[in-house]
Order: sequence, then structure tokens, then C-alpha cells
Amino acid sequence: MADVADVADRVAVRLRGIGKRFPGVVANADIDLDVRSGTVHAIVGENGAGKSTLMKILYGVQKPDSGSIEIDGKPVTMGSPGDAIRLGIGMVFQHFMLADNLTVLENVVLGAERLHGIGERARARVEAISTTYGFDLDPDRLVEDLGVGQRQRVEILKVLYRGAGVIILDEPTAVLVPQEVDALFENLRNLRNEGHTLLFISHKLDEVLAVADDITVVRRGTTVAAVRPSDVTARELAELMVGSELPSPSTEKSTVTDREMLELSGVTLAEPGGRRLLDDVSLRIHRGEVLGIAGVEGNGQTELTEVVMGMRQPTAGRIELADADITSWSNRRRRESGIGYVPEDRQRHGLLLDAPLWENRILGHQTRTPVVRGPWLDRAGARRDSERIVDGYDVRTPSVDTTARSLSGGNQQKFIVGREMSGEPVLLVASHPTRGVDVGAQAAIWDHIRDARRRGLAVLLISADLDELIGLSDTIKVILRGRFVGDFDPRQVTPQELGSAMTGAAAGVGAGGV
Amino acid sequence: MTVASEAVALHDGPQQPDRHRRVPVVVWVVAAFALVSFARVITGSHELDSAGTLREAISAFIPIMLAALAGLWAERAGVVNIGLEGMMILGTIGAGYFGFFYGPWQGVLAAMAFGAIGGALHALTTVVFNVDHIVSGVAINIMAGGVAAFLADTWFSSLEGGGPTQSPPVEGPASLTIGPVADWAKEVEDRHWFLLSDAASLLGAVTRNLSSLTVLSLLLVGATYLVLWRTSFGLRLRSCGESPGAAETLGVNVYRYKFIAVMISGALAGLAGGFIVLVGAGLYQNGITNGRGFIGLAAMIFGNWRPGGLLVGSALFGYTDALQLRAGGGAVHALLIVIAIVLLAYGLLLLRRRARRSGVVTLVVALLFAVWFFSTDEVPSDFTRMTPYVATLFVLAFASQRLRMPAAVGLRYRRGEAG
Amino acid sequence: MLKRAAVGALAPMLALVIAVLITVVILLLSGDSVSGFLSTLFSAPAPRNLVNILNNSSVLYLSALAAAIGFRMNLFNIGVEGQYRVAVFAAAAFLGQDLLPGALNIVVAFALAIAAGAAWAAIAGLLKVTRGVSEVISTIMLNAIAVSLTAYLLRRWGLTVGNSLQTKPVPEDSWVPGLDLVPEAPNEILGLSLLAVVAGLAYSVVLNRTRFGFELRATGASSTAAVASGIDVRRMVVVSMVISGGVAALVGLPFLFGDTHAYSTTFQSGLGFSGLAVALLGRNHPVGIAFGALLFAYLTEQSSLLEINAGVSNDIISITQGVLVLSVVVAYEVVRRYRRAAEQRAVAEQLAPGRPGTGVSA
Repeated sequence: MADVADVADRVAVRLRGIGKRFPGVVANADIDLDVRSGTVHAIVGENGAGKSTLMKILYGVQKPDSGSIEIDGKPVTMGSPGDAIRLGIGMVFQHFMLADNLTVLENVVLGAERLHGIGERARARVEAISTTYGFDLDPDRLVEDLGVGQRQRVEILKVLYRGAGVIILDEPTAVLVPQEVDALFENLRNLRNEGHTLLFISHKLDEVLAVADDITVVRRGTTVAAVRPSDVTARELAELMVGSELPSPSTEKSTVTDREMLELSGVTLAEPGGRRLLDDVSLRIHRGEVLGIAGVEGNGQTELTEVVMGMRQPTAGRIELADADITSWSNRRRRESGIGYVPEDRQRHGLLLDAPLWENRILGHQTRTPVVRGPWLDRAGARRDSERIVDGYDVRTPSVDTTARSLSGGNQQKFIVGREMSGEPVLLVASHPTRGVDVGAQAAIWDHIRDARRRGLAVLLISADLDELIGLSDTIKVILRGRFVGDFDPRQVTPQELGSAMTGAAAGVGAGGV
Repeated sequence: MTVASEAVALHDGPQQPDRHRRVPVVVWVVAAFALVSFARVITGSHELDSAGTLREAISAFIPIMLAALAGLWAERAGVVNIGLEGMMILGTIGAGYFGFFYGPWQGVLAAMAFGAIGGALHALTTVVFNVDHIVSGVAINIMAGGVAAFLADTWFSSLEGGGPTQSPPVEGPASLTIGPVADWAKEVEDRHWFLLSDAASLLGAVTRNLSSLTVLSLLLVGATYLVLWRTSFGLRLRSCGESPGAAETLGVNVYRYKFIAVMISGALAGLAGGFIVLVGAGLYQNGITNGRGFIGLAAMIFGNWRPGGLLVGSALFGYTDALQLRAGGGAVHALLIVIAIVLLAYGLLLLRRRARRSGVVTLVVALLFAVWFFSTDEVPSDFTRMTPYVATLFVLAFASQRLRMPAAVGLRYRRGEAG
Repeated sequence: MLKRAAVGALAPMLALVIAVLITVVILLLSGDSVSGFLSTLFSAPAPRNLVNILNNSSVLYLSALAAAIGFRMNLFNIGVEGQYRVAVFAAAAFLGQDLLPGALNIVVAFALAIAAGAAWAAIAGLLKVTRGVSEVISTIMLNAIAVSLTAYLLRRWGLTVGNSLQTKPVPEDSWVPGLDLVPEAPNEILGLSLLAVVAGLAYSVVLNRTRFGFELRATGASSTAAVASGIDVRRMVVVSMVISGGVAALVGLPFLFGDTHAYSTTFQSGLGFSGLAVALLGRNHPVGIAFGALLFAYLTEQSSLLEINAGVSNDIISITQGVLVLSVVVAYEVVRRYRRAAEQRAVAEQLAPGRPGTGVSA
């Protein structure tokens, strides 16, 4: 790839000193960026490092508070995406920006009707682009009938239709299965060879190393390094991202006992159409054991937690909690028998954002002391216990009367972990417990999980962070398309081995970056 | 999301998705006509579709249709408009005043302008200030009633023939009569032949006293379809109701389109009110809209947020209403057998499509309607009045999987939160 | 706490000022007497009017409470109107039969009314959870159906009195006597207006102090979080609709037992929609709603004097009320946004310099 990189020297996009604040948060502090024309330029950084905000600024969705933007050497200001489009910038959002009930053609021509109208000429143009890049899209199909990969191609088609020279892709692989990732990368290389400039945002280092010509690392809203993929290893990149040595979770003495806490046998969850989201899943967690689940997102992890928590009923199989068959129990009954739950999406599933912290302490625990007495709320008890969590888990907040919304993500998460550890749970279901959390809070949360494990807590840990999985787990299972495809001992496994199992490469199903 | 299904999808990409064979609209219209004709012949209630009844039906149908159309414009842009009723009320007072003092077409324009002011207010609160759409609509309804009543008191109290709650008679826009054709149609109609006489009464209805405003209103349905589905303006407007985020990221000014849509919605609702005053009643009266804004909303939902659908919905609701007024419970009673036959056919169709449970339920309901028909002589007027609402509830409850409302309707939208 | 309440009261006060200002502008435009309007509006009500204000505000309060229960659940019960109609009809029809002795008759009629109102609301709740029908649409439809249905039943079985239809009159031993609380007033306060006080207290206690109330508020604030926290959201929707309908059932009863003693086609209508407005005005807070109800009833009552005192049509007050509701919701929205930003800033500042807890977020 280096030969291609040497050809281009014109700078397509130049950012200097970009800053953006939101109430209480600095999303971008000081961003400098040079993107050479005709290259794939990756921007890497942790969740919450300010990548998405940066891209929204570059696409005119948000205005920067400070700094300057140059496109093809000319300084510009962008007040709306319309301005960005006129400057030849296009964006493929992580959460697709498509109207489901409109056709592919309508989605593509929307906003760009002046180019070729909305009729036959536009259709011909869409078909032409689709053929050129091998997108294979029918302009008259409703978007809601398309699969994820096809939708992403519609997004790219939208951008190309407008003749964009610079294409921003925000975490484009997050929603794809490995084969689709391969197809996407192929598309990206084609586009680059046609002379397009691509900005590729990711936090998946292997992917970045595989596809990028240049890499810029963003940390805490600032650009900290600009490197070439040939000059760095994944490990070095990761250290640039987190800023210090990787918080290498120490594997300490095993606390696993022989008393079973949770057992799933043959659990299957099928959609009405017959598609299996979980397929014959069996696992066993003992007291004092952390079982880690690794996998590319969207392979059944969410469904697994929801089945264990009783939010969805499995179509087949059995779930046991310490010898009791809990398969048909409600979510409440499971929680009452000592299952704690750190949900994947804390803002949607774990908090009442506009309620004070002490009310959030009650959430999910509204049938148990110390926050209720019979049918009555125990407000004093809830406040007292919230203060205990705030102190014990280092939740940075002025008081327990502060609303959950005004806390930072890390502090929200520490509060949730503290809450779910209350009342001596026997099992903790933790989904991405440190996602989007700053490094300090991450270490604190890990310590709390380890402490609880020592006291006999069983933990089902689901994470996309391989280091977290390796550092915390006693056993790791890999999930792929709703099935467990491998067991690993975290003391011996390497991230590379896990990675290939997660993509099915180990089993020879197909290859793809993680 | 499995690889297998994706791969398959890749291969049949270019093929047209399988659709049911479309039966031409004309066939449906003729079939409906034949059914009514059949019911008329066997029950002998010739008022069922006499030219007089149909004329009445048209003037009941147009305001409902315009209100439904108004609802369509707002909802297609993603704004729920419960304030339709209020905007109609504003239209009635505008039409009453300007119609009386300046003439019929000035009345029409004023009705639309007054309605549009209501629409602008709704747009201001919902689009700019992000107030909940329902809340804003309810407040506008309360306010509009007050505004109209206050203005009526101020404007009409001292006029001869007027009063604190009503205007003097107001003249409507010109209407069209083709005497010879109408007379000839009347003759054929009075023979009470199957189908022929029914066609004649329809001809009679549209050749005598057909208001130009009626024609204009019908043209507006076609115009709405063309604008919303065949122009880029319409595409942008609809995209705001389906996915404002997508629209924004493609450079569409979502606020502007929503604002325009709700203004147009208000103007159409105002026109609906104006129609009642200028063509229907011939004068302004407090409370003359009588909940027709809500019926319009129901007709729009019944019609699945489509112009053609809402046309059918409002025609049905307007027709039953007019039939009751004109011909009484006896004529409405004849419709029961029509409903029974339609349900019977639908039930059999369901059984053939192997939808056993819903098929059987439909057949049982058909039977109940038949029993109702044979065991009584008339339908109480209160039941007729309920028809639009009950029908809409049933459609919502039992055909909701076929309904497709704009995906982002009623949701709050703020610029800059996309992505 | 006090400061919060002050900020909370600021928005409605501002809205009231705006509403009166706009009304004055309209009066100026129409050439009516502004001074007459203002002096009538802000004159002290006569004892007779005071009693009316209290009576009307109590029923408005009940109606608003019914709507507020829905609002706290994120449900729009637009159907209070239909629910209280059905309920009053059920109670009146039963009372008119005179089957039971006085007090027992009242108790059974109450139960019937509440059951009818609750059942009518339950239709909307069930349609929502089983068929996904928006409660806004279904309650609008049910309102219209309720009007026609009660009209039909009256036509079928009611009595004709003058030119209106009504149920058989309530026997005198089942009347609820009025309270002679306002000296020198020729009229009495409806006995059942005390229902408003009881219902308000119950609302406040249940919502803020009980587990059920917490679950209701949690579901309203975030149904996804509720599901993940062991709350059966579908059940909550039906239950809260039923309770809302049960409270709505009370709206018409003070008039039935203390004033009209029958349900007729002319029975007071429109209380449902005004109740919705009052609930918005009072931010679904039991005390806020009380102020809102008093304000609404006060405006309506004072406006009845406008025609005589100032020669201004009393309909002007509906404009004031409408503007009031619109401006109050806008004001609340602005205040809410301002508060949220201010709190986030405050948290950030308090924890700021260089401490890792504040983090960055995209």
C-alpha cells in the first residue's frame, strides 16, 4: 500500500486547533489533522475520545467553537451538512441515516434533486454508480427490506451520487459481519484507487492497520500522534490511544469454587421467522468465577444477557440459578433472587436520566430493602444507600440529588455498578461494564468486580474489550452467530487467537479483521 | 443479519419484490356501486343513492376530506396535528366575515389564511419550541374556539340576520348546473333500474348545484399526490416525516419543510371550515364544525396516510352521515346488508389465503350484520354518528400491520442531534 | 427546595402575563374596552362567584388529575371527556332506578361510575398493549363514541324534560348536600367537591411515596429502563389507564349528586379538555394543578361578568386560557433546557480542575 501513499501529497482536508465544548464536557480540545488526497486516513481513539464529534464538525452537523478547517487548501466554514456537501464532503454515519419507508432511489436523490431530478435520469445515474462499484442495489426497493451490508452500500451510494471527493466513514465495521467487512474494505480500496479521499474512524486497531495509509490518534479530544501503519504495531497504537501503559489487568489467584451458580443448557432463541439469535447455548458459572464472552458485536451477546435477565423468553432450553429452574421467572423475580445487571446501554436501560441519583438507586431494586419498606418507598434509606455508593465507588457528584444526566459517563457507570453490587448479589450480568468510561473509572470498576469475585460473586462478563476479558475472566467463551464456538483459558490465549475465533477464521468459515 | 440471508439477498437484488396483483381502482368503484345498487333494489329504499342523497353526501364528504388532507400534509412532515379542529374553526370565522363583507372567493381565501395562522402557531410551538405535538394541538383547539366565538360576537352581533353566535347568510362561490342533463338523469333515476338508475343519480348529483369549491377541493387531492410524491419538494417534505436525521444530513432544512407543511395543513383545514360555511350551511355558527376535524383525522388514518385512502375514508364517513340526515335510519339500515356481503367476501378470501382464525371471525361478524339487518327495520341515528370512529378503531385494531404511518411522526426533532 | 419552587412558579407567572398581554392586544385591535376588561377580570369575586369558582375548580382538579396520571406514565389520556360522560351516565341511570336506600345507593352508584370510567379507559389501554394503537387516537375516537352511545341510551330509555333528554331523576335521599362555607353566598359548595382534596392527597402519596408510584414514574421516564428493572410495562399501561379512567369517572359526580340530579344531553361537557390544559399548567404536580384549576375557574367565572360590566364578549377568556396553556408549555420547555445545561455546568465546574472523573464524551 505504501506505493499508493507516496503518490498523493496534496492535502485534501486540513484541521487546525479544532475545539468543541458541550455543557460540562470538552469533546474536542485541540485537533490538528492533515489528510492527504487520495488516501485512506484512519482516525483512531477510544470510545468517547471525541472522534464522532470531530466528524460531525467536519460534516457541518455541528459548528466548532474554535479552530480552522481547510478543504483543498481553501479555508472554509460550514454551517450545515449542505455546506459540507457543496464542498465535496460526504459522510457515512455509524447509525445509518436512511428513511426506511422510502426507496433506495428516494434515499439517494433526497437533497440532491438538482443534480439529475428525481425521475429516470436519477435512476440511471444510481444504477450506473451501483454497477461501477459492484453495489448491486435495486433503486426501487424499500430500504426497510435491505440487510445491513446493503444499507451501508446505500449510504456510500448517497455520498458518491453527490460526487463527494472526501468520504467520512464513522465506525463503518461496527455493524458488519466479517464477510461484509471484507467487502467493505474492497469497496474502500476501489474508491481510493478512483481518486477519492477516505476518512475512516475506528477503534478496532487491526482493521485500521489493514486498510489505512495514514493514522491519526485522538485522545481526550486532542490529536496525539500521526503515524504510518508500517511504523507501528497494534500494541503501540493502543498505548497511544489510552495514553499510558495499557491497564493490563493482573491475573491473580483463582477464586473459582465448585459450587454452580448459573447454568444454561441448550438455550435457543429464535425469531418468529425462524432465524436463531441464540442457538443451543450452554454454559456454567461457579461461585467466584468470571466467565467472559467474546465476540463481534451483534452475534447474540445482547440476546444472551436478555435471556439470562428474563427480559426475553428462550424458545428452548433451561436456565438454572443455584439449582432452581428460573427459565420462566420474570425479570423481577430473578433480580430478587440476587442477579445484578449492568446493561449494555446504560442511558437507555440503566438510568432514569432526569431523576436524582437517589431515585436511580431504587430502579431495579424497588422490591428490596433498603430502598423500600413493603409497598412504600424508603426515601431516607435510598438516600443513605446512594451516599454509600457515591463514597464507596468514587462517584464524582455534588450530591445524591443531582440528576443522573448531569454526570459524566464514567460516573454514571460507577453508580450503576455500585447499585448492582448492592444487596449481596450472587450473580452479576455485566455487559460492556467499562465502555465509554475513562481510564480511571475503568480501573476502579475492574477492582470492584475482582473484589466481589473474591467474596464469591459469579460474573457473566460480556465485552468487546479483549484486554478486559483476558484480565478479568477465569474462562472465555467466544460467541459467533448465536453459538459458542470456542473455550479459551485467558492465561494462555492471545488477543490474536481470540480475534480469529471471533471472526470464524479459526474454524475456516471466512476471514475478516476485528 | 446472518451471512446466508445477506448472500441470498445479494443475488435477488435487482428483481422486483413480489407484489400482489393490483386490482384497478375502477373495478373497486364499480363493485361498490353495484353492491349499493343491489341493496337499494332488494330493500326498496331508493333514497340510498338518490341524486339528493349523493348531493348531500358530497357536501358532507368534502370538509372531512379536506381535513384529512390537512392532516396528511402535517403528518407526512412528521407533525401530529390534533389542532385540525381548531384550524377548521378559524377557517369558519374567516369565511363568515370575509364571505359576508367581501364576497365568496374572498371568503375562501380568508378561510385558508385564518387556518394557516393556526398552522403557523402549531408549527411555531412544535417545530421551533419543541413542545409536544398533542399538547400544542389541544391548546390550539381551546384557543380557536374562543377566538371564533369572540370574533363572531364582535363582528356579527349588530348585523341584520346575524347574532352573537352566528353570521347572516353568506353566499358561496358559483355552482354549476347543466339543466337538461340533470333533468334527463332524474328521469332515468326514477325508473329505479338496477345500476343504470344509480349511475343516473350520480350524474344527476354532479350536474345540479355542483359547487366550484367542490371541484377545486377534489383537484387539491390530485395536486397533493403530485406534489408530495412526484416532486423533489414533496420528497424532502416526506423525508422529514420518515427520518429527519437523514434529511438533515443531506442538507435538507428540516425546520423549514416542517413549517411549510404545517402551514399548508392549517390552510387546508381552514378551507375545510370555509367549505362548511360557504357551501354547506350558508352561514357561520359557533361550533358548526362539530368535531369534523377529528373525523378528518380518523379518515386519514383509515386511509393509511395516503391521498387515495383518505378519499375512500372520507367518502365512507361523509356518505353515512349524509344518508342519516337525508333519508333516516331506514336507508342506513339497507347498508347493513352491504356490509354483511363485503365481510362475507373478505372472510372467504381470508380462508382461501389460509388465514383461518381471522377468516372465521370475519364470517361470524358478517353473520351478525346479516342478523342485525333481518331482525330490525332501522339503524338508530346515534349509531350512524359513531360509524367513523368505530370503523377507525377497528381498522387500527385489526389491520394495523397494514397501516404505515410516517416513521418519525410526533417525535421531537432538534437540529444537530443527528448522527 | 424553595428556590426550585420559585423557579417553577416563574414560568406560569410569565405565561399568565403573556396571555393577558395578548388578550389586551386583541381587545385593542377589536376596539373593546381594555380597562373594563382588566378591572372586571381583577375585581374581587362576589361570594356567589367565589362559590362557583371553588365548585368548578374542584371538578377541573379531578379532571386534570386524571390526565396527569397518564402524563406521568407518558400516556396521553385525551379520553377523560368520554370517560366521565360514560361514568356519570352509569351512576345516574342506576340512581334513577331507586333500588337501594340512600347511602347505599350512593356507594353502589359510585362504584358503578368508577367501573364504567375505568372500563372505558381500559379499552384504550388494552388496544395499546395488544394492538399497538396510539392512545391519543383511540381516546379521541372513544370520546366521540361515548357521546353517541349515551345519547342513544337516553333516547331509548330516558325521559323527555322540556327539550332535552335525561335519565330518571336521582331520588332525594341519595343527594349529597352542599356545604355552606362562604358567608353571604346564596349558593352552596358542592358536597363532593371535597373529592378533589382527597384525590389530590392520594395522588401525591401514591406517586411519590409508594413503590407503585415509583414504577409508574419510572415507566413514564424511560420504558426501556423500566423493562430492564423488572417492571411489566404492558401491565403498567393498562393499570394506569384504568386508574386514570377511574379518577376521570369522579369528574361529573359532584354536579350529579349536588346539582343536576340527573344526566341529560346538556350535562356539562368540555371538562376533559380543560382538565388536560390544567394538568399542563400545573406540571402534573398536585399543588401546581390546584393553582391551575383555581386560575382556570377564576378566569372563566370572572369572564361571565365581562358582557355586563365592560361590554366585552366573555369568549375572550378562552383566548386567554389557550394562550396561557401554549405559553406555559413553551416556558417550561425553555426552563427545562436551561436547567439541564446549568446543572451539567455546575457539576463540571464543581468537579473540574484536572480530575479524571469528568472525562470527555462524544
